[in-house]
Amino acid sequence: MNRSASERVTATVGRAPGTTPLGQAAKFTVLFVLAALFLLPMYVLLVTAFKPFDEATAARAWLLPQSWSLEGWAAAWDALAPGLWNSVQMVVPSAILSAVLGSMNGYVLARWRFPGADTVFTLFLFGMFIPYQAVMIPLQQTMVEAGLMGGLFPLILAHTVYGIPICTLIFRNYYATIPHTLIEAARVDGAGLLRTYRSVILPVSAPVFAVTLIWQFTSAWNDFLFAVFLTGPNTWPVTVQLNNVAGSMVVPYNQQMAAAVLASLPTLVIYLVLGRYFMRGLMAGALKG
Amino acid sequence: MSPHTAQAGAGTEVRPRTPGRLHRIRVRSRTWLPGLLMVTPSILLIGVFVYGMIGWNTSLALSDQHAPVQDGSFVGLTNFAELWQESRWPAAVGNAVVFTVVFVGGALVLGWFLGLMLDKGLRGEAAFRTLFLAPMAVSFIATGVVWRWLMNPAPAERATGLNALFVQFDLEFLVNDWWTAPNMGMAAMALPAIWQLSGYIMALFLAGFRGVSEELREAARVDGCSEWGVYRHVVMPQLRPVTLSAVIILGHMSLKVFDLIIAIAGQQIVADVPAVYMWTTVFEVRDPAKGATIASYLLIAVAVFVIPYLVWTIRKERSEGR
Repeated sequence: MNRSASERVTATVGRAPGTTPLGQAAKFTVLFVLAALFLLPMYVLLVTAFKPFDEATAARAWLLPQSWSLEGWAAAWDALAPGLWNSVQMVVPSAILSAVLGSMNGYVLARWRFPGADTVFTLFLFGMFIPYQAVMIPLQQTMVEAGLMGGLFPLILAHTVYGIPICTLIFRNYYATIPHTLIEAARVDGAGLLRTYRSVILPVSAPVFAVTLIWQFTSAWNDFLFAVFLTGPNTWPVTVQLNNVAGSMVVPYNQQMAAAVLASLPTLVIYLVLGRYFMRGLMAGALKG
Repeated sequence: MSPHTAQAGAGTEVRPRTPGRLHRIRVRSRTWLPGLLMVTPSILLIGVFVYGMIGWNTSLALSDQHAPVQDGSFVGLTNFAELWQESRWPAAVGNAVVFTVVFVGGALVLGWFLGLMLDKGLRGEAAFRTLFLAPMAVSFIATGVVWRWLMNPAPAERATGLNALFVQFDLEFLVNDWWTAPNMGMAAMALPAIWQLSGYIMALFLAGFRGVSEELREAARVDGCSEWGVYRHVVMPQLRPVTLSAVIILGHMSLKVFDLIIAIAGQQIVADVPAVYMWTTVFEVRDPAKGATIASYLLIAVAVFVIPYLVWTIRKERSEGR
């Protein structure tokens, strides 16, 4: 640990010629102030969530709890538990499905191209940017007419389908870095599309699956728009239930804040544990491979 | 698959005895057809759920189906024109514009600044980066819950949230109505969005800064450029593509902003934006044609700058030979 720290310092010095100690100090000061501002909402969340009901008042708003309490957490858990479970049931299948489809598309669009592949890819990409409002009324109407409303299926379908473009993009950019020779070698050996996919492409796909699964998990977990249009009281995912808890004027702040933390915990934990993959998904979202 | 077909697939060694055009197509299609088949499920899904439904939505917007059960007939652009005659729609558009300008500008400047601060491989860089990017992992709804508390508009005597903090530190002049202020309230509404997205923009710029080769920077230094001059004249010009991506991402999020507004303001008219108006129209007014019209406007607003961007990106990529 000591060694790596000293290595990092050397690297720092090596990479930054011409920066004075004073400049470094100024930089740190600015960064610490900004960090404090960024932490402010997180402080409020945690401090308020741990207050007992009678302490969650305006007068003590910014102070630490006098007595730490789990009252807010318990109430928040009761209110959110069904939503959390709905979210898990909805997010897992749709993340897996769109990642699998994205992988197949990415492979073909990068390495087994057909005439018009570029056009197809562009049309897919546009699907990434559309405001989902533009499909929402027909989508909802279709689900109603098909008698599918009331279950989680419409939401799973929506997240799968509208996740295809970004997943395709991430996989395509990744597969484009696999050397042509590797695939040509497989072809010469007589391997067709599927065998090349299985024996050459899939074995190197683990990291990019991690990236897309995390990306899809996060965006479906945090979605609110599809959820309000496509689910009802029994199938509300956690974002809708959180909004209901917070939107009602009678729910005390300690419970609201605890609910916000609970609803964010899964994605935050993933971010903290698998941050590297999360970052790569974000970068791919900017069309950069 | 036999070795023979594989050779035909490679398309280099097999010379067909009768080199007819049809035959050539058949041979070549043997290589690409499986690929097309593999993408077909997605093409169908995207075709139906993106393009088909956009088409359906458009035809709904061009009809007079103003109640869910009634049949509509074609009325041209009537709905599109009528929206501008009411007072709520132009106000919602105005709000979205103010929000977009403050949010895109704010997140861009702050994100760029954070990237600049962290570029030089500072001690503890990873910790700062993790912190600044963390809000990205959280939903707009959760962000809204905290920020509604922070931006509580109660006056100084009963102040909570940031206003209470200002009072405590004798900064009463900073106490304000936040998002409930008419006209410029949407600028306050942009604060949580800036908090949430500037870490992302930081990461984009950081990648951009580091994409500029050290040799190039060194060359400028040898030519007598100051450290700031290197940024100004060498690094910044190379960041144009990153900046463009950032503007597109922020801009398209901003125009359709919905969750954040609902979480902070509910459906209060002072913070109305097109996406919220559409939701009200569909769920409360129950007017499909009008809802579809608002949705069409959102689509147009996003499409006019996303389509040129996509075309530009794909072309650039192709000219770089990827």
